[in-house]
Amino acid sequence: MTDPATLAHQVWDVVVVGGGNAALCAAIEAAETGARVLILEGAPKAYRGGNSRHTRNFRCMHHGSLGPLVETYDEEEFFDDLLRVTKGETDEALARMCISTSEDCLPWMQAHGVRFQPSLAGTLSLDRTNAFFLGGGKALVNAYYLTAQDLGVTVSYDAQVRHIGIEDNRATHVEVEIGETRYRMQARAVVLASGGFQADIDWLARAWGESARNFLIRGTPYNRGVVMKDMLDQGAQSVGDPTQCHAVAIDGRAPKFDGGIVTRLDCVPFSIVVNRDGCRFYDEGEDVWPKRYAIWGRLVAAQPGQVGYSIIDSRSIDLFMPSVYPPISADTIEELAGKLDLPPDKLKATIAAFNAGCRPGDFHPQKLDGLATDGVEPAKTNWARPISEPPFYGYSLRPGVTFTYLGLKVDNTARAAGPEGLYDNIWSAGEMMAGSILGQGYLAGFGMTIGTVFGRIAGQEAAAHVA
Amino acid sequence: MSLDVSLQTDPGAISQDPMEEARRQVEICNACRYCEGFCSVFPAINRNKVFADGDITQLANLCHNCRGCYYACQYTEPHEFALNLPRALADARADSWERLAWPGGLARIFQRSAAAMAGALVAGFALMFLAIAAIPAGGQGFYAYLGHGAMVAIFLPAFLFPLVSIAMSLRTYWREVGGGAVRLADLRAAALSAGRMKNLDGGQGQGCNFEKEERYTSGRRHVHQAIMWGFLLCFASTGSGTVLHYVFGSPAPYDFWTLPKLLGVPGGLLLVLGCVGMVMLKRKADPALGATGREGGSAAFIWLLGFVGLSGLLLYAARGTALTGPLLAVHLGAVLTFFLLTPYSKMAHGFYRFTALVNDAGAKAGRTG
Ligand SMILES: Cc1cc2nc3c(=O)[nH]c(=O)nc-3n(C[C@H](O)[C@H](O)[C@H](O)COP(=O)(O)OP(=O)(O)OC[C@H]3O[C@@H](n4cnc5c(N)ncnc54)[C@H](O)[C@@H]3O)c2cc1C
Ligand code: SF4
Ligand code: SF4
Repeated sequence: MTDPATLAHQVWDVVVVGGGNAALCAAIEAAETGARVLILEGAPKAYRGGNSRHTRNFRCMHHGSLGPLVETYDEEEFFDDLLRVTKGETDEALARMCISTSEDCLPWMQAHGVRFQPSLAGTLSLDRTNAFFLGGGKALVNAYYLTAQDLGVTVSYDAQVRHIGIEDNRATHVEVEIGETRYRMQARAVVLASGGFQADIDWLARAWGESARNFLIRGTPYNRGVVMKDMLDQGAQSVGDPTQCHAVAIDGRAPKFDGGIVTRLDCVPFSIVVNRDGCRFYDEGEDVWPKRYAIWGRLVAAQPGQVGYSIIDSRSIDLFMPSVYPPISADTIEELAGKLDLPPDKLKATIAAFNAGCRPGDFHPQKLDGLATDGVEPAKTNWARPISEPPFYGYSLRPGVTFTYLGLKVDNTARAAGPEGLYDNIWSAGEMMAGSILGQGYLAGFGMTIGTVFGRIAGQEAAAHVA
Repeated sequence: MSLDVSLQTDPGAISQDPMEEARRQVEICNACRYCEGFCSVFPAINRNKVFADGDITQLANLCHNCRGCYYACQYTEPHEFALNLPRALADARADSWERLAWPGGLARIFQRSAAAMAGALVAGFALMFLAIAAIPAGGQGFYAYLGHGAMVAIFLPAFLFPLVSIAMSLRTYWREVGGGAVRLADLRAAALSAGRMKNLDGGQGQGCNFEKEERYTSGRRHVHQAIMWGFLLCFASTGSGTVLHYVFGSPAPYDFWTLPKLLGVPGGLLLVLGCVGMVMLKRKADPALGATGREGGSAAFIWLLGFVGLSGLLLYAARGTALTGPLLAVHLGAVLTFFLLTPYSKMAHGFYRFTALVNDAGAKAGRTG
């Protein structure tokens, strides 16, 4: 790509920090007004696109069918869904603005190269609310990079931003490490879109506690919060709980980073889940899995060693999507305990007690069947069927972190705020400011909506500022 | 029903065996499904939870190597899952053709080696020169060089043998993939899909990612269409000549305003243009996304096919001149080689592909596995 020294010799209209969905939307909007735009992406080209590479859809308000979306999903319903998952931890004005703008985003995305497909097999329930990307998020990111390239945007990969130079409430330059060398990129406006800090395990451990060292990170290893920390150190205003992260229960054998979507496990409702001492700790059948998988991240995180084991028998193996890792299988519970490194006697006792608590009744895997245990603590309130038919199967579970909640505070023009109020020329978009809207919980597909809406606004505003 | 999880692979266990490696990658795709809308491979994957060898063979022969799923994949190298589905399926596919061909050893040679293909061509030329020199002729037009009886004696077996060989292979294929009874509707669906090369359009008409990396283009679809329709026109031209000869007692040579020429000349032109286009596209495409070690054989096959078309056109252009004799030998030599190598060269892919589409149509309708 272009020689960094040459890049450092010019004054850029807009420097965009990060190379995921939010960054690209900002860069495209700014470049379309004729601004000279530089993208500094910390990852190498093969890993460009941050967590956006791993996504599959975005949530979109619409009246009547729109692209792949059917029927209507209006602002009230969307906002109610958000209120429910965040338990009110949201900035209503910002959230409503984001929701109502999402409808314009879909045609804009299509016009800039993104293709959609009908909702994926097994996700039919989302075909009204979430528009799926053909080929997933990596294809979306590729389309945006091509569009940006055609618009004359310059992209520098392996460009780790270390510091934003700020004087009198104005960004003056961006310090970036490319190769072993530090460069100063001079900028008239800056858009910050470099994601959360979840890939910095030390930070995660300081925020959450030492146990976070055992968490797996579902997305990119490049979102280490370097720019966020630099901004906070300079007094930028923040939102979101600095100690919290969104974590789901994923296959314990997943890679430390970047395992993405395939590491999910759908067996929990049909299983019993024990900790490494062989004890059950929560109602596995509380609700259907899509409504419960997010709480299991925290549940497992609270267990010793931050690990859980989901155990089923042969009658349940075909009831859910097989995980990408084959199950550990055995003909007896003792043997399974041996393979999973669990105390065999305790596991046998737990399963025997559970089985004894199961009652006769009709088992319906597709709906809440009310088949609950009796006299077992904790109870299993649906799909409680004895674990009795060999072979037996086990999967290990670990918390998989999706993102962190801490972010920069922005106004409804995506402008970030410093100690003296709004900065003159710094905007932020995407995961980096999402805490304003998603203060807690998560609404599937909303991360990409926030990135697209605020990325586009940030790009337009930054370009207008330098015009 | 219990699932045979012993068929499942560890996603990190990269294998050198084409079948195992394709299975590993297909399982990862089945847990991901992001590429569902690109082609018929992914819906076929999603219909299963575990994959026996026959399932992999079927998926491999459904794949058109459009590469959309490679550029869209978040798990390509350097990721430890090292996804490269276009290559994994291409390897399993090439392997299946070599395994199913009869005799298989020939396919192994001609799929891989351009030199073997060139050698076969030279042998084809030599044979035709020899035949023309040795067999007394005595007819009109081309038959003045090689008599009609001699031509039939050489080409009828050279045409029938490959057909028999391929039919045997397809039968084994059908058994391996667990195909059921074939319905007319399945054949029609397959013919429609193949005729439009539906699966090369990227799912939405945007084309494939063959030669321009992440950018979609229709280049490959267009040159492939030219080759296929050019070839079919040439074939129809020969067929119409046969009918004219035997049914209407009107032997070659034919004027321009006759079916054999009206079909053959545009067919030859399309074939040549298509082959030139394909060679150029292949030069730009990344070889790491195609089958391992088959580049030579596959390129040589395109040259051969283009040469069949070109020599046919030259022969027509040079009619009545002294060049007719040598050009006839060269053209017929190329045609002979092409026919005989059909079961063992890239040409076989058309037959397997069509069979895979028929099976897929049946499976979609829920009739077979
Ligand atoms: C497995 C998985 C699946 C998901 N699925 C969905 C989904 O289907 N729908 C949805 O809406 N959301 C989904 N999410 C959440 C979604 O990924 C995020 O909300 C969204 O991608 C955020 O976009 P972004 O542009 O803000 O950040 P990112 O896409 O993460 O981009 C951040 C960028 O900043 C770069 N960067 C980081 N630090 C630096 C630095 N110091 N200097 C320079 N560059 C830097 C990174 O390399 C990266 O390019 C998913 C997340 C995960 C992990
Ligand atoms: S090729 Fe990659 S992105 Fe596409 S379905 Fe397979 S794993 Fe998913
Ligand atoms: S290369 Fe193309 S045809 Fe083959 S599986 Fe991938 S998307 Fe489908």
